[in-house]
Amino acid sequence: MVQLRINGHIKTVDIDPETPLLWAIREQLGLTGTKFGCGISLCGACTVHVDGQATRSCVTPIGDVDGQDVTTIEGIAGADGTLHAVQAAWIKHQVPQCGYCQSGQIMSAVALLSENPNPSDNEIESFMAGNICRCGMYSRIKAAIKTAAKAA
Amino acid sequence: MDKITQAEKKAAKIAKRAARTRGQKWTRRGFITASVIGGGALLIGVAIRPGDRTDELAKLAATGDESLLTAWVKLSPDNTVTAIIPHGEMGQGVHTALSAMLAEEMEADWAAMDIMEAPAEKAYANYVLGREFMVNKDKLPGFVLGTLNGAFLGITKAMNLQITGGSTSVRFTGVGAMLTAGAAAKELLLKAAAKTWDVPVSSLRAQKSYIYHDESGKTAPFADFAQLAATFKPSLTPKLKARKDYTLMGTSLPRVDIPQKVDGTAMFGLDAHIEGMKYATVKAAPVHGQSVASMDASVAKAMVGVQGIYNMGDYVAVVADGYWQAQRALEAVEVTFTQSAESQLNQAGVFAQYAKAFENAKRKDIHKEGNVSQTMKRADRTHEAEYNVPFLAHACMEPMNATAWVKDGTCELWTGTQNPLGTRAEAAKILGLKLEDVTLHTAFMGGGFGRRAVPDYALQAVKISEKTGMPIKLIWSREETTQQDHYRPAVTNRLRAAIDSDGMPSAWDSLFVHKMDPPEASRVPYNIPNQNIEYVESPLHLRFGPWRSVDHTQHGFFIESFIDELAHKAGQDPYQYRRKLLAGKPRFLAVLDAAAKLGNWETPLPEGQARGISIVESFMTIAAQVVTVDVNGDMPRAVHVACAADAGMAVNPDGFKAQMESGIIYGLTAALYGDISLEDGAVMQSNFHDYDMVRMDNAPDIDVVILQSDARLGGAGEPGTPPIAPAFANAIFAATGRRIRSLPIGDMSGVNVG
Repeated sequence: MVQLRINGHIKTVDIDPETPLLWAIREQLGLTGTKFGCGISLCGACTVHVDGQATRSCVTPIGDVDGQDVTTIEGIAGADGTLHAVQAAWIKHQVPQCGYCQSGQIMSAVALLSENPNPSDNEIESFMAGNICRCGMYSRIKAAIKTAAKAA
Repeated sequence: MDKITQAEKKAAKIAKRAARTRGQKWTRRGFITASVIGGGALLIGVAIRPGDRTDELAKLAATGDESLLTAWVKLSPDNTVTAIIPHGEMGQGVHTALSAMLAEEMEADWAAMDIMEAPAEKAYANYVLGREFMVNKDKLPGFVLGTLNGAFLGITKAMNLQITGGSTSVRFTGVGAMLTAGAAAKELLLKAAAKTWDVPVSSLRAQKSYIYHDESGKTAPFADFAQLAATFKPSLTPKLKARKDYTLMGTSLPRVDIPQKVDGTAMFGLDAHIEGMKYATVKAAPVHGQSVASMDASVAKAMVGVQGIYNMGDYVAVVADGYWQAQRALEAVEVTFTQSAESQLNQAGVFAQYAKAFENAKRKDIHKEGNVSQTMKRADRTHEAEYNVPFLAHACMEPMNATAWVKDGTCELWTGTQNPLGTRAEAAKILGLKLEDVTLHTAFMGGGFGRRAVPDYALQAVKISEKTGMPIKLIWSREETTQQDHYRPAVTNRLRAAIDSDGMPSAWDSLFVHKMDPPEASRVPYNIPNQNIEYVESPLHLRFGPWRSVDHTQHGFFIESFIDELAHKAGQDPYQYRRKLLAGKPRFLAVLDAAAKLGNWETPLPEGQARGISIVESFMTIAAQVVTVDVNGDMPRAVHVACAADAGMAVNPDGFKAQMESGIIYGLTAALYGDISLEDGAVMQSNFHDYDMVRMDNAPDIDVVILQSDARLGGAGEPGTPPIAPAFANAIFAATGRRIRSLPIGDMSGVNVG
């Protein structure tokens, strides 16, 4: 039995604590915005926040987040539905193509900006290097992060 | 600024409605409704066929008091125009581009438009796509035949296509169908209005989904004339607008699928949900073509959450309450697979086999012109080289998956596919069901690149559901996705040129192994009077499939590298050398010049940096690239890519640029890292640690310039890929003097060893 706060709601999940957080989020909690890409933390598609830190949920046992705050892509917009500055910048720059990696990209970008509100190009590149975009939208992601940084 | 915000609002509005429609398809109840409405891909050519086809479609695609005007457009009583799109969305922006084409000719209000993906019904089959191949007297692409098992012949073959691939959406479906459908719909509505108001058609005009009679000041929404319009036969040849009169096409409309891709609500195949479904994962024979020899599942069966473990012939399937439980149990299954001669084959053996085929196999002609052997004999100089490229996997971000429920003589299937009708037909076949008993719900694709034209994963889900009687969501691991792909073939090309006294090629001799599609990929764009292009077959057990730009990816590299060799042999600037060989081809010259200008070809660079250039026409789009490379580090790094492209016109310029950017990164990944190799007949690579991708920290800056011409519309999804590897390798040559004749390039040690 694991208890966590997900996107502000306290939930209890009755599951083997070794289960990766990714699958608990998708299958038990029904939040499918977080994606499965590689299963071994090499692609970033499964990125969520645990207590505000960007975390690869595919290799994080749910038992490890007992009692912690988990935020997924579904939880970053305002309560009134206002998009997060990063999401708005993603639309402005028409970032997604297939879109599959974008939940992870956005969660990484939000985490980056919360610890470094004005990142340099190098800082953006090195923070975001863990997130693969197979459609290759890196220039747009970088530009959108800069736009979001200005908006904040 | 205001304008953009307005446009964004429209996109959000459209997306919301599209999401609602899409959302309906994902519930049982909604699904029943959706099947009556008809959701998938519809299509082409049907609108320009008279009578009965449209009636047949009306049953599928219209409900209640909606009137179906043509195969691609639906008009609702609230005056909403729905574009029915016959292609899957995998990020190429096709839903936006095709709807804009329809709206353009129909004079529909873009802000009030809905988009629906057509159902996998024969009536929606991609007729124009097929007809293009028939008209060109080329056989259908191999991947189509493979997925349909060659079951359809002649024109019926064409009628059963519903493929997203070959960069065909805009250039075939868009031009052949959406424009015509829109124009035909508009004509019908104008005719109905003329009759209703008893005025001549010529006195009416359509604008933003309304019809105006300016003389009397009368105006009414399209919907008022829908019932009457639906009783007329659509024109086979409605009058189309001139490009100069376009108001939507050629503008960068925000993509309608983007808002749902930033908030986690976009539905991919992986996100399908059926109440009570179980999760499956599989391990197939690592050596393609082999089967399960023995299986001991005693430990795995006892694991928590495991529902069953099955020997499915050529793969093992585990069904469990969750994916992770299934995956853990699969790892605990002890399985051996049958062996064959192929189980000994390694990568060196593959290329040795090709070398033998060059000597022994029958040569097949692709193109012959002039007299190559005589020119070679008489030439002062000749130059030859052998090029090799490895197998490549697609590495879609979304691992292969499908959700299936086979019960009571029916099958429902949810998946992301580039080939919905082929998938549905194959599912019906393996289940022994009629086509109409199989319903396919299409989802967004987390990358396609050709991989999702082959329905193997969906068919596995169907079989497992049939076997267990349960609704099954099958998810492949990344490892399975990497090792059970349908690969870009490894290819060897032997090239030889006769060089005249001016250093220009007077004869071109090309012999390669493995040909897929399109047949013109190995042709050179250059004016060379004597040419001989041939290939041989050298069958392997490894499965092949279309990979972004298909044969153009390897031939772009071969041709543009070898031409670069000839330029350097002649002591000439590679850009100017190409210009000479393209004399009389203004579109090519304009694109090449634009890329050279954008890439500052003439400007000196610092130590350790150099530029390379290339130009490739594929899928009717000409693209040239200038890459600036830096060889000062451990890896050769593409610092900047300048890309110029002429696709006739870009329907959505920003979307077109995004496709070029994407194609460049995709091709650069292959050039730098892409290497699928065989050991004991099986693919060695498994995940992103040994099949790595270009990431943000080694991605180049990219600039794209779009050229307009009066040419027919070309593709966008693929043409950005072929030029990048040769331009990159040519830049490395310019920087280091080392010619790259084998991919991937890898690190600088590979470059230095040559």
